[in-house]
Amino acid sequence: MRTTHNKTVLEVTNLSFSYGEEMVLQNINFKVQERDFLALIGPNGGGKSTLIRLILGINEIQSGSIEIFNSALSKYNSHIGYVPQNTNVNINFPIKVIDIVMMGLIKKSPFSLGYSKEEISFAMKILKQVGIEEQAEKKIGSLSGGQRQRVMIARALYTNPKILLLDEPTASIDANGQKQVYELLKELNKSVTIIMISHDLSVILEYANKVAHINKKLFFHDLGSLKNEFNPSKNHMCEVELLQMLSKRR
Amino acid sequence: MIEALSYEFMQNAIIAGILVSLIAGIIGSLVVVNRMVFLAGGIAHAAYGGLGIAIFSGIPIFLGTSLFAIAVALFMAFVTMRQREKIDVFVGLIWAVGMAVGIILIDLTPGYNVDLMSYLFGSILAVSRDDLYFMGGLFIVILLCVLYWYRSILAVSYDSEYASLSGINVKFFYTLILVLSALSVVVAIKVVGLILVIALLTIPIYIAQNLSATLHGVMIYAGLIATFFTLGGLGLSYSFNLTSGATIILVSALCLAIFMTLKRKT
Repeated sequence: MRTTHNKTVLEVTNLSFSYGEEMVLQNINFKVQERDFLALIGPNGGGKSTLIRLILGINEIQSGSIEIFNSALSKYNSHIGYVPQNTNVNINFPIKVIDIVMMGLIKKSPFSLGYSKEEISFAMKILKQVGIEEQAEKKIGSLSGGQRQRVMIARALYTNPKILLLDEPTASIDANGQKQVYELLKELNKSVTIIMISHDLSVILEYANKVAHINKKLFFHDLGSLKNEFNPSKNHMCEVELLQMLSKRR
Repeated sequence: MIEALSYEFMQNAIIAGILVSLIAGIIGSLVVVNRMVFLAGGIAHAAYGGLGIAIFSGIPIFLGTSLFAIAVALFMAFVTMRQREKIDVFVGLIWAVGMAVGIILIDLTPGYNVDLMSYLFGSILAVSRDDLYFMGGLFIVILLCVLYWYRSILAVSYDSEYASLSGINVKFFYTLILVLSALSVVVAIKVVGLILVIALLTIPIYIAQNLSATLHGVMIYAGLIATFFTLGGLGLSYSFNLTSGATIILVSALCLAIFMTLKRKT
């Protein structure tokens, strides 16, 4: 079992959010410690993606607060690396893997067509870290789903983030690709805090050290007892069944 | 055919063909990768309203059409950024209303008997020196914009949400692409006409996407391919006395069919 670190990297306090009349998040409070692997589960429409969008600064906070390393959230936070859903990626786009990775550090200077040797070298180092350095010059569309998602993780890592935020990173990826992505996240979790939305329960229980359930409100589950109740090697349980079970336990 | 090259109108047509093809290569690539083809089609047809206004009010046609097309592009950018789910409705609206305004204003222009076919299917042989200056100026502006902001444009086109999180002004670049597309459409109308302009903005790009793994590579290939189509179509239209715009597009379509057949075999 991994040691728990006490340094708080993310703190959400009394956070509420609504779209018009519809309350999506209601008085959310939680802390994430350094090197946590927090899995966010919950039904569609329960507020998972809204919470992620608030942490990223895409949606503005209506009430409550979010602090990163004890500082109020700013819009362009270099501490956070974001990995979107695999299905959001345009696989027909004419772009090389290395160009996507270096998108993580966008130059705002004019006529910035080329890359410096240092930039390329750093991108190659990250691609090696995620295990796809030999794919650097290939077109994104020629990669498998699992490889494409590792490219997105590499792009997020290019800014040296302290927190990696992933929105269903293994959606639409085959079982083998999913395994590779999660093994990579496990490795990255040795130095980076991970917050991930997922519906993949067996994987969550194997890799996460904290599981939070969001359905407008948020509550944490004790991982030990959750693992006892849901043993993926012994019984198969879909997310709906698990969520029903968890709701009854409340 | 060689003799034809000595005529000024043919020299102008060749230069216009090359300039518009290079513009189509760059802007067509951005239109396709940003999935704005329908939007560009709407602006192309709405530009006919600008044509009508220019003819009715007696201002230079390129200037009037360009200003109207820019206004339409800004309107579309404003609307689609706010209500993206209604984009089809607004494109359909400007498409039809723009054309209707153009036709009515031309009807109302006293004593003016405009050759509508030349705007619907192009009139590359009627390109003037002033038209060439406009096309050349636009090509330089587009080239400078793309070179100046290449990485930002690439980021916005590939993943606008991520680009926004990185601090890039996505709205600005979305609007810029639409405005440049509108101006490109105006000059392309001269060569292939507003009915066929979308073909010039898409067919070379489809082929180029199979030849390059980068956006700038696609722009270069598409520009060269479009030049080949335009000059090839121009030569055939001159030799067989055919409508130039339609011939250019048929040459493009034929080459696309050959390319796809060869691609399937390999």
